[in-house]
Amino acid sequence: MSEMTRPTAAAPLPVRPPSGCPAGPPPHADLLDRGDPHTAFGVLRTTEPISKVSLADGSWAWLATRYADIRAILGDTRFSSDPTVPGYPLSGMTGGGNTDNRGFIRRDPPEHTRLRRMVTREFMVKRVEALRPRIQRLTDDLCDAMERTRERTDGPVDLVEALALPVPSLVISLLLGVPYDDHETFQRLTGTLLARAVPDAERAAARGELRDYLDRLVTAKGAAPGDDILGRLITEQQRTGEITHDDVTAFAALLLIAGHETTANMIGLSALTLMRDPEAADRLRRDPALIRGAVEELLRFHSIIRNGPRRAATADIEIDGHLIRAGEGVVVAVASANRDDRVFADADRFDPGRPNAQHHVAFGYGIHQCLGQALARVELQVVIDTLLRRFPAMRPAVPVEEIPFRTDMSIYGCHALPVTW
Amino acid sequence: MKITLDADACCGAGQCVLIAPEVFDQRDEDGVVVLLDAEPPAERHDAVREAAAICPAAVIGIHA
Ligand code: HEM
Ligand code: SF4
Repeated sequence: MSEMTRPTAAAPLPVRPPSGCPAGPPPHADLLDRGDPHTAFGVLRTTEPISKVSLADGSWAWLATRYADIRAILGDTRFSSDPTVPGYPLSGMTGGGNTDNRGFIRRDPPEHTRLRRMVTREFMVKRVEALRPRIQRLTDDLCDAMERTRERTDGPVDLVEALALPVPSLVISLLLGVPYDDHETFQRLTGTLLARAVPDAERAAARGELRDYLDRLVTAKGAAPGDDILGRLITEQQRTGEITHDDVTAFAALLLIAGHETTANMIGLSALTLMRDPEAADRLRRDPALIRGAVEELLRFHSIIRNGPRRAATADIEIDGHLIRAGEGVVVAVASANRDDRVFADADRFDPGRPNAQHHVAFGYGIHQCLGQALARVELQVVIDTLLRRFPAMRPAVPVEEIPFRTDMSIYGCHALPVTW
Repeated sequence: MKITLDADACCGAGQCVLIAPEVFDQRDEDGVVVLLDAEPPAERHDAVREAAAICPAAVIGIHA
């Protein structure tokens, strides 16, 4: 993409660039790496709703910050999810430039539709509701273990390690059909993939090892497919020639990774929010029917996907008066859309009773909207309800300033959350 | 109120089912939306409108 095709130069925040100035300063720099991008997003929504942002590798992309524009972009399949399409802004994403044998999250129709439909039923509302008792049992077991740890050590417990990470990991292993004996390998590898202080090379090695592990798992399941997602993909799709062994592995990797870190971070942030807002916590404890709505508000308020989703324009498309040209990339700031005052009154306030909270785009929008959203919702509802009931006195064991927030990651949350009660 | 569906466009995320479970369901085979009640009574109209507004794939059509 040559400089000449850029309609305007971009400016550092919060100043609006003089329009048409050809020698403007570089695009918004560290916006996507901040712990609190909301002030900057707020300015952009008003002054420059479609702006430019520079990415870690020095390239640039459009940055959309308004709710309406974001729904228009994510709802238009001419904006491609395929990272091999020219202009796709890969830089700085989890997974980076790794595009081999990618899952359907990085594919366009008709391939996307075909593959997604093979697993849609596994995550539909009634299937997930049927899982609620098992999710409850598993959460109770982890809470029992937390109590034992607390009694044994009399020190703080890390809620991220004790509850937030294991819940989604155990649930998805159960659904996929990962044998119980493999849990340790599986947790270790996903842990490395998701940890902060891991060098790129080590992360790449873990990704390779996970891929090999899943490859072996799919082979083993091929000999004896069980009554689980991988088993059904093998008997119904692979054996009928609809998909290959590698496709099954790609499904496993996508389903495993997409739901783990995301849900874990939402659990941590939700617990922290309610510990710091005892009034809201009391309301939910008194009337658990409000938890459903509160979960929507937590999703909206925290919007943990902080620098995406991302798309590449495959045609010249006008969004709100801005021409986005074929071959240009777009960073779709769902975190900003969810704080748009045009849709959510007093949007920077956490209001567990907010009537239109479910209008949030924390799960994205359009055909790629989160496949696991019903599952994520139930996991969050169960965990929050259980924590409120069993640990009414739970509080952070360190001052908030000492909680390590994931300002360095593309999925926001906390790395650790020491709690006591 | 009469509801129509563009079911081919449905991505099965199930938001309509969460909002108006008496009106929408998902097909067992592939999770695609189905109508339980194409002409729901007045007390469900708000929920149906909400489902149509939230549906990520613009599947739900509402006719007077
Ligand atoms: C609170 C937790 C979660 C959040 C915030 C979240 C967020 C998202 C977002 C924003 C997208 C859209 C990506 C795009 O448009 O490019 C997405 C897609 C996806 N999510 Fe989630 N997710 C969560 C939990 C889960 C869970 C539990 C699963 C279960 C396996 C899951 C599986 C997926 C899959 C498979 C896709 C790809 C869908 C497609 O491309 O058609 N997610 N998620
Ligand atoms: S909300 Fe829309 S896309 Fe989702 S299941 Fe209902 S009709 Fe289909």
